[in-house]
Amino acid sequence: MYTQAMDTGPKEERKAIRSAEEAELERRFDARIDDAGFIEAKDWMPEHYRRTLVRQISQHAHSEIVGMLPEGNWVTRAPTLKRKCILLAKIQDEGGHGLYLYAAAETLGVSRDELLDALHSGKAKYSSIFNYPTLTWADIGVIGWLVDGAAIMNQVPLTRCSYAPYARAMVRICREESFHQRQGFDALNVMMREGTDAQRAMVQDAVNRWWWPSLMMFGPPDAESTHSAQSARWGIKRISNDDLRQKFVDATVQQAQVLGVTVPDPLLKWSEERGHFDYGPIDWAEFWRVVGGNGPCNRERLAARVKAWDDGAWVRDAALAHARKQAIKKEAA
Amino acid sequence: MSNETHRNEWPLWEVFVRPKAGLDHKHCGSLHAPDATMAVQMAREVYTRRQEGCSVWVVPSSAITASDPGDKDMLFDPMEDKVYRHPTFYELPDEVNHM
Repeated sequence: MYTQAMDTGPKEERKAIRSAEEAELERRFDARIDDAGFIEAKDWMPEHYRRTLVRQISQHAHSEIVGMLPEGNWVTRAPTLKRKCILLAKIQDEGGHGLYLYAAAETLGVSRDELLDALHSGKAKYSSIFNYPTLTWADIGVIGWLVDGAAIMNQVPLTRCSYAPYARAMVRICREESFHQRQGFDALNVMMREGTDAQRAMVQDAVNRWWWPSLMMFGPPDAESTHSAQSARWGIKRISNDDLRQKFVDATVQQAQVLGVTVPDPLLKWSEERGHFDYGPIDWAEFWRVVGGNGPCNRERLAARVKAWDDGAWVRDAALAHARKQAIKKEAA
Repeated sequence: MSNETHRNEWPLWEVFVRPKAGLDHKHCGSLHAPDATMAVQMAREVYTRRQEGCSVWVVPSSAITASDPGDKDMLFDPMEDKVYRHPTFYELPDEVNHM
């Protein structure tokens, strides 16, 4: 999977509390959160908490589903049967992750059709990383290593999210995700160790193109993050965007050295004082341009997704018509 | 949401998986499917891609009756003070305490 810190939705105002009874319910809700307790689907929850979760979980689900597209591009062109099997398994996982997450969102009282409508109409966002093209086979390895690696950093804290159906989905996803990152690194490692100079250059080129978009996956800097404080209060977000980004940089720079590639950041350097790698400024104008719909592949991705949904409509309708017919037959017998 | 889209959404099923022979089926999530046969097939694809199970149950979500979370105190708290239901409540002489 794939989240970017999902605070790219519209800013919502909290409604004033209406009654004493509701105030008491909210007090108990807050107490349970403070106690590191879990909230289940049928429990009382503030409307703003519910809406925040619907937005975040559905954006996360959409990201899984749209994330299948840049990789699907390479199924027929994977270099060996082994790599083709691995890629198919990974893409199937992404589809599965999307389904776990849609199901978690639906426990909050929103329908699958409503969620998909929001994606297909462009109203809902998905991780902007998928609006970049996969130009070479090395891009598929780099997506596993960097993009899934960043996603794992984002997702592990979500297994302790206060909303239990989301947390349970994330446990399952994180368990499956590790293979995605490892297979990516492995594919790149084979090219770096056994490949030609041209193949090694291809890996470096892919790293150069995906490095900065991967850092953007953690979302805007903490100072500009609109939803972070409330989400932290509610136990939805446990570690800040900048802290996760730093953790990712520290882990990844060492992996790049093992791989034998460089990171395209002239300002990257170990800071003895901080005990972390310093890194150069991120081009947030590019991030907002892509989130706003003007990345290299936004239109293509959404069009492919809508076409798949529309082309499958007759199958869904036929399956449902068949099921209804069988049910009537059974009743008559 | 229009009635038209709602009418065409596949019904929701709850999925239970038995991890291996000898263990209980355990609830692991839900999915949409047009009928029971398809629900079993899809449960296999969605929830057992890594041999997580050897048997699957699917149940229409609408067929499940659940206790009301609002009744939690009334239903479950009365058991809190019935410590005599547990074997550790009874202090026996050392010689027979393995009983």
